[in-house]
Amino acid sequence: MSAEQEPDFVQPEHFAFDAESEQAIPGILAKYPPGRQASAVLPLLDLAQRQMQRTTGSAWIPTAAMNVVAERLAMPPVRVYEVATFYLMFNLRPIGKFHLQLCTTTPCWLRGSDEVVAACRKATGIAGWHETSADGLFTMTEVECLGGCVNAPILQVNDDFYEDMDGPATERLIEALRRGETPPPGSAIGRQGSAPLGGPLTLLDGKG
Amino acid sequence: MVKLTVDGIALEVPNGCSVLQAAELAGKEIPRFCYHERLSVAGNCRMCLVEVEKVPKPVASCAWPVAEGMVIKTDSPMVRNARRGVMEFLLINHPLDCPICDQGGECDLQDQSMGYGWGDSRYREPKRAVMEKDFGPLVKTVMTRCIHCTRCIRFLAEVGGAPELGATARGEDMEIGTYVQQALTSELSGNIIDLCPVGALTSKPYAFVARSWELTRTDSVDVLDAVGANIRVDARGPEVLRVLPRINDDVNEEWLADKSRFAIDGLKHKRLDRPWVRRDGKLVPASWDEAFAAIAARMKDLPGEKIGALAGDLACAESMLALKDLMSALGSHNLDCRQNGARLNAARRDFYLFNTTIAGIDRADAILLIGTNPRREAPILNARIRKRWLSGHVPVAAIGPAVDLTYAAEWLGVGPAVLTSLLSGEQSFAEKLEVAKQPMLILGQGALARPDGEAVLAAAWQLAQRFGMLHADWHGFNVLHTAAARVGALDLGFLPAPGAKGFWAMRAGAVDLLWLLGADEFEVARIPPTTFVVYQGHHGDRGAQRADVILPGSAYTEKNGTYVNTEGRAQRGRLAVYPPGEAREDWKILRAFSAVLGRPLPYDDLKTLREKLATTHPVFARVGALPAAGCTDQSGPGGDPAAMLPNPFTFPIANYYQTDSISRASPTMVRCTETYYPGLAMAAE
Amino acid sequence: MLADKDRIFTNLYGLNDWRLAGARARGDWDNTAAILARGRDHLIEEAKASGLRGRGGAGFPTGVKWSFMPKKSDGRPAYLVVNADESEPGTCKDRDIIRHDPHKLLEGCLIAGFAMGATAAYIYIRGEFYNEARHLEAARGECYEAGLIGRNAAGSGYDFDVFIHRGAGAYICGEETGLLESLEGKKGLPRLKPPFPAAVGLYGCPSTVNNVETIAMVPDIMRRGAAWFSALGRPRNSGTKVFCISGHVEKPCNVEEEMGIPLRELIEKYAGGVRGGWDNLLAVIPGGASVPVLPKSICDTVLMDFDSLAAVKSGLGTAAVIVMDRSTDVIKAIARLSRFYKHESCGQCTPCREGTGWLMRVMDRLVEGRAEIEEIDILDKVTRQIEGHTICALGDAAAWPVQGLIRHFRPLIEERISAFRQRSVSLAAE
Repeated sequence: MSAEQEPDFVQPEHFAFDAESEQAIPGILAKYPPGRQASAVLPLLDLAQRQMQRTTGSAWIPTAAMNVVAERLAMPPVRVYEVATFYLMFNLRPIGKFHLQLCTTTPCWLRGSDEVVAACRKATGIAGWHETSADGLFTMTEVECLGGCVNAPILQVNDDFYEDMDGPATERLIEALRRGETPPPGSAIGRQGSAPLGGPLTLLDGKG
Repeated sequence: MVKLTVDGIALEVPNGCSVLQAAELAGKEIPRFCYHERLSVAGNCRMCLVEVEKVPKPVASCAWPVAEGMVIKTDSPMVRNARRGVMEFLLINHPLDCPICDQGGECDLQDQSMGYGWGDSRYREPKRAVMEKDFGPLVKTVMTRCIHCTRCIRFLAEVGGAPELGATARGEDMEIGTYVQQALTSELSGNIIDLCPVGALTSKPYAFVARSWELTRTDSVDVLDAVGANIRVDARGPEVLRVLPRINDDVNEEWLADKSRFAIDGLKHKRLDRPWVRRDGKLVPASWDEAFAAIAARMKDLPGEKIGALAGDLACAESMLALKDLMSALGSHNLDCRQNGARLNAARRDFYLFNTTIAGIDRADAILLIGTNPRREAPILNARIRKRWLSGHVPVAAIGPAVDLTYAAEWLGVGPAVLTSLLSGEQSFAEKLEVAKQPMLILGQGALARPDGEAVLAAAWQLAQRFGMLHADWHGFNVLHTAAARVGALDLGFLPAPGAKGFWAMRAGAVDLLWLLGADEFEVARIPPTTFVVYQGHHGDRGAQRADVILPGSAYTEKNGTYVNTEGRAQRGRLAVYPPGEAREDWKILRAFSAVLGRPLPYDDLKTLREKLATTHPVFARVGALPAAGCTDQSGPGGDPAAMLPNPFTFPIANYYQTDSISRASPTMVRCTETYYPGLAMAAE
Repeated sequence: MLADKDRIFTNLYGLNDWRLAGARARGDWDNTAAILARGRDHLIEEAKASGLRGRGGAGFPTGVKWSFMPKKSDGRPAYLVVNADESEPGTCKDRDIIRHDPHKLLEGCLIAGFAMGATAAYIYIRGEFYNEARHLEAARGECYEAGLIGRNAAGSGYDFDVFIHRGAGAYICGEETGLLESLEGKKGLPRLKPPFPAAVGLYGCPSTVNNVETIAMVPDIMRRGAAWFSALGRPRNSGTKVFCISGHVEKPCNVEEEMGIPLRELIEKYAGGVRGGWDNLLAVIPGGASVPVLPKSICDTVLMDFDSLAAVKSGLGTAAVIVMDRSTDVIKAIARLSRFYKHESCGQCTPCREGTGWLMRVMDRLVEGRAEIEEIDILDKVTRQIEGHTICALGDAAAWPVQGLIRHFRPLIEERISAFRQRSVSLAAE
C-alpha cells in the first residue's frame, strides 16, 4: 500500500493541529514516561482523524498529518506510516460523513449480517466495500468482530454501535442519518445491554 | 560458559549465545533468511527452527538463548518437517521464475529450496503480486519476490541510521517500502542488496548484466575514500561488472559505501587509453615513444629544481615511490601529495593517522569531530561511530556547520574558537571529555586544509593532551583522510624536502615541468601556461585537460598496488582486469621513462619494487596489520593555536557521489547527483 | 444455578449506576486499603489459592503469573497492563465490565498492581470501544478525585497510577506482546519470547498482562476470600465466568455462571435454548473463534471449563459460545473465521502470513465444493505446518477452527465437493 497509488483523491499539502486538538495533546503525552512519547502515536493519529472529521466532514488522515505526528513525537515518518497502515481504524483516504462499519464475522453472520449489508447497499446505493455514496454521506467498510456478539448483528456508525440489527432497522437508521438525525445507539429491539431479550434472568435481587 | 549438546556433540559455548550460534560452533549449518549477525534479531522467517529437548514446539534458534544442559537437535524429523513447511510457505507466493531473476545463482531461497523444498507445489491459488517501488538510482526492486525478512529495514534503521524503509499494511498485504516513494538517502544503501536473501532488491546499474558464475573474482581494496574497504572485484573479460564488500571486521565489517560499490561504471568512460601530446595547442594521439620523447625534450637542460611532481588521491604507493625515485634521479625534491593544501605534519606518523583505529571506535567513550562530516567523507567509518553511539551513552560532539550525521551529535559551534573554549574548559562538553576514560577526536580535512591548518592541528593535539586522549594504551588523536593515496604518500615522504617547492608553489608556476600522477583534485587550470604539464593517469579529467603530455595509466582495478588507509594500514589492491588499450601499470610507465632518460630505476619487477618500498617505510612490509595502538610520545606537532582564524570550518565534500576522476565519469554517480543534489547537478549543466 | 449472591459482576447488564456512587453501593472500593495492608505476598498467595485462571483465553493461573514479577525493584518501574482489546469473535464480556462495572476493573488494577509491585497500570482498550472507553475514563477521573488511585491510593500509602490507552483496530494487539508493542507506539507485532514480559515488558520494564475480567474479579476474591471462589466451579477450574452466548439461540446474552456448567444447561437456561430446539443443534464453537468447533454429539454432555473442553480437543478460550443450528453452512461459518485470521495476521512471521491466506482461499473453495477430495488432507497438513511454528498463538488460532471442521465434518466437505463435481459434469453435458 502506498500513498502514490491512490490517484483518485488529493493529498492536502499541509496539515496542522488546530487549537482544539492542541489542547488535548499535553494530556495525551502526559500518560507516557519521559522519552516514551512514541506511545502517543495512536492517540495523535486518532486526534488528527477526528480533527479532519470536525473540520472537513471526512474522518481520514492525510500523509501530511502523519508527518506532523512523526515530527511531534520525534519518530521517523516511515514508522508512523507503518502504524497508520497497520491499524484498520485509520482511514488513509477520504470517507463519507457516516462511516458504516459492518461486522460480517461469523457471530454476526449467523445472526443475519448479510441482510444488514444488503440493506446498507440498498439504502445508500453503494456497490462495493470502501466505496462512498454518490452524495458523499456514507462509506461502507467491512469490519471484523466488533466485540458485541451477543447483540449481533452490529453496525457501527462512526463511534456508535447499533445492535441487534436487521434489514428494515438498517434502512430506517440510514434514512434517519440522512435526515440529519442521530438515533440513539444500542439495541434496535430494546434489549438492556447484553441481557437476554425480555429481560435479565439473573441479578434479579435488585442490587444488580 | 554453558555446556550443551548439539546433535549429540557435547560442547561449551559462551553465556548469552543463541542456539543458532551454538549450533554453528558445533559445526552445524542452520538455514536462515531473516537472521544476520550484524543486525538485530527478528525471528520472523522461521527457517532456523530447531528442536530443543523438553520444549514442546520447535524453537527459532536465532532468538532462543542457550541454557546449561540443553539438548539441541538440528536435524530431527520435527526440524526437517518444520523447515519444509516454512519453505513451502515462503515459496507459495514467491515467483518460481529463477531463470529470469537477477539473483539466480546466488539466492539464499534458491539454495535452501534445494534442501527443504518439495518437488512441486501444492498451492493452487493465485499468487500475490506486489506493486513495484522506486528506491532511487541504485537499488532495483522486484517486490513480488520479497519474503519479508526485514533485513533491509533493519539495516537502514540500525546501521545506516536512515530509517526510510518500513513494512506497511499487515498480514499477506504487508509491503516493504518507503510508502511515499522516495529514493533512499543513505550512503550505505547498496548493502541492502547484499543483505536481501532473494531477488527483491538487486543492483539497478548491474541489472541483467551477468550471472554470478560468469564472473572472475579478485580480492582487492577500495580507493574511493581513505577507509580502505576490503572488496571483491567481479569481472567478465575486460570489464569490471561489480564490486562487493569482503568481510574485514577491523575495517569495513561487511559493508561498502555506495560510491565504492556503484562508481565502477566510471571505469568504462572517459578513459585515457593511449598517449597524447599537445602540438600547436591541441592534444593529438601519440605513441609511447613520441610521448616519452616530448617529455625528455622538455626536461633536457632543465635543472632538477625546476621539475616537480604531485601525487593524486588514487595513486598507489608503488607508482608514488617510482615517481619519487625518478624525481630524485633528476635532482628534484619538489614533491607533494596534498592537493587540497592540507597542513599535514609528517614529522611523526601519529600526527597524521587515525590512531584510534576504526575498530577502536568501538571502545571510545566520548567522541569529538572537528571540521569533518564523516558521513560523506567516510561513510563506513561514520557507521562505526553510529554503532558506538547506539551501543551506549557515548557523547558525540562536533564542530562545524551542523549536518545530519545519522546520530545525535552536539554541535558546539562552527569554527576554531570552540577549540579554544574547550581547552579553557568554558565549553560545557569539556566536562564530558574530562570524565571519559578513552575519549577520541577526529580532525577532518576541513579543519586542516585552510591557512591556519597548522594552528588547528596544534590546538587539536593540545586538546588530546588536555583530555587524556593520549596514553600508552590509547591514542585518541585522529586525522580522517579523504584520499586513499594520502597516508601512503606521507609514509613515503612524498613531500617537499626542506627548501624545496610544495603544492602551492608548484601550482603557482614555480616549476617548469610538473608531473601529475593522477592529480585532479585542485584547480589544475590555474597552473600558469609556462609550466609544462605531464599527466599520468587513467581518466580524461581535469589534469588531462591541462596536460602537455598524457601518459595513460591504470585504475585501481587494473593494477597491483598498495594503499595505506587513514589508520595507517597497508593493504593490497589487485589486478582484476588489464588496463584498456595502450594504458599500462603506472610504475612500469615510470620505469620505462627512466630508461628513456638513461637513468633506469633500480627495479625491473613488482617484487623488487616492493622490497624497495619496504625499506622506505616499514609499514609496507606489514600488509594488513597495524602497529600497536597507544601514544608513547606526548610532544605535539608544533604550531601555535593562537594563530587560529575565526573562519568557520567547511567540509571538504559537497557531493558525496562525485569526488574523483572515476566517480565523475560514472553515469550512475551522475544519476545519484541528479537525484540527491539536484542543485549541484543543475549548476554543473 | 449460581446464586446471585455469588455473582461478581452485579451490574453486568447496566441496570444500575456504573459510576462511583453505584459501584460503592455494590460494595466496590470498600476499605481497599485493608486489602493492601495484607501485603504483596499474602495477596499473591490468595490469588493462587483461589485457583483463578486467566480469563483472556489461555487460562494461565493468575497468582502464579503475578509471582513471576521481581520481588524487589532494580530501579525500573513495573507495570500492570490490562488487556481490554477484546476482539476474539464471539466475545463481548469485557465490554460489559468496562461500560457497566468500570470500578471493579479499576479497583482490581490497584489490588493486582500492588500485589505484583507495579507502579502503574495501563489499560489497553480496543479502539472501537469508544463509548466504553469514555465510561472508563470517567470512572478513572472519579477515582483520582476520590483519592482511590494516584498518590496514596485509597489511603493505602501506595502510589499507583492508571492510564487508559485506546487501540485502533488490530486483533493481534490482544496478544500480550503485540499489545505491548502497540502501547509503545509501534505496529502490534508480537515479540519473541523469551524474554517474557515479567522480565522485559512494557518500555523494557517488568510487566504483567492480564485480561479485564481476570483483574475485575480480583477485588471480590480478596474480599470474600480464596475459599469462596475456589469452592465454585470444579477442581482446577474454579470460580465464576462470564459466558457470551451468541449465534442461533433464541435469546443471545451474556451471563455469569459457575465454571463447569454443562454447555446444554447454559444455552437452555439462559439463552432460551437453541433456535428450533436442542435437536436442531448442529455445532457449537465453545470458546471464541480460536477453538475447534464441536458437533452436537459432544455438546450434549460437555462441561464448560478449561479441562473438560481440552479433553474434547477444543478449549474454553474466552467462554464465547457460538451456537449454530442445522440451517448453518458450517463450512462457510469456519471459512469466515479463516478470512478473519487472514485479515488479522500481522504479517511478521512466515507460516502465519502465508498460511492464513492459503487456508482462507482453500476454505473459500470448499464452501462451493470447488476442490479435490485430496485437498482436505492437504488443508489439514497446512494447518499443522502453521501450528506451533509461529511467533505467537495467532497461527494456532487460525489452524484450530479448520482442524475442528475437518475432524467433525469431513463427510460434509466431501459431499460438497462431490455435489460441485456433479453439477459441473451435468453442466458440461448440457
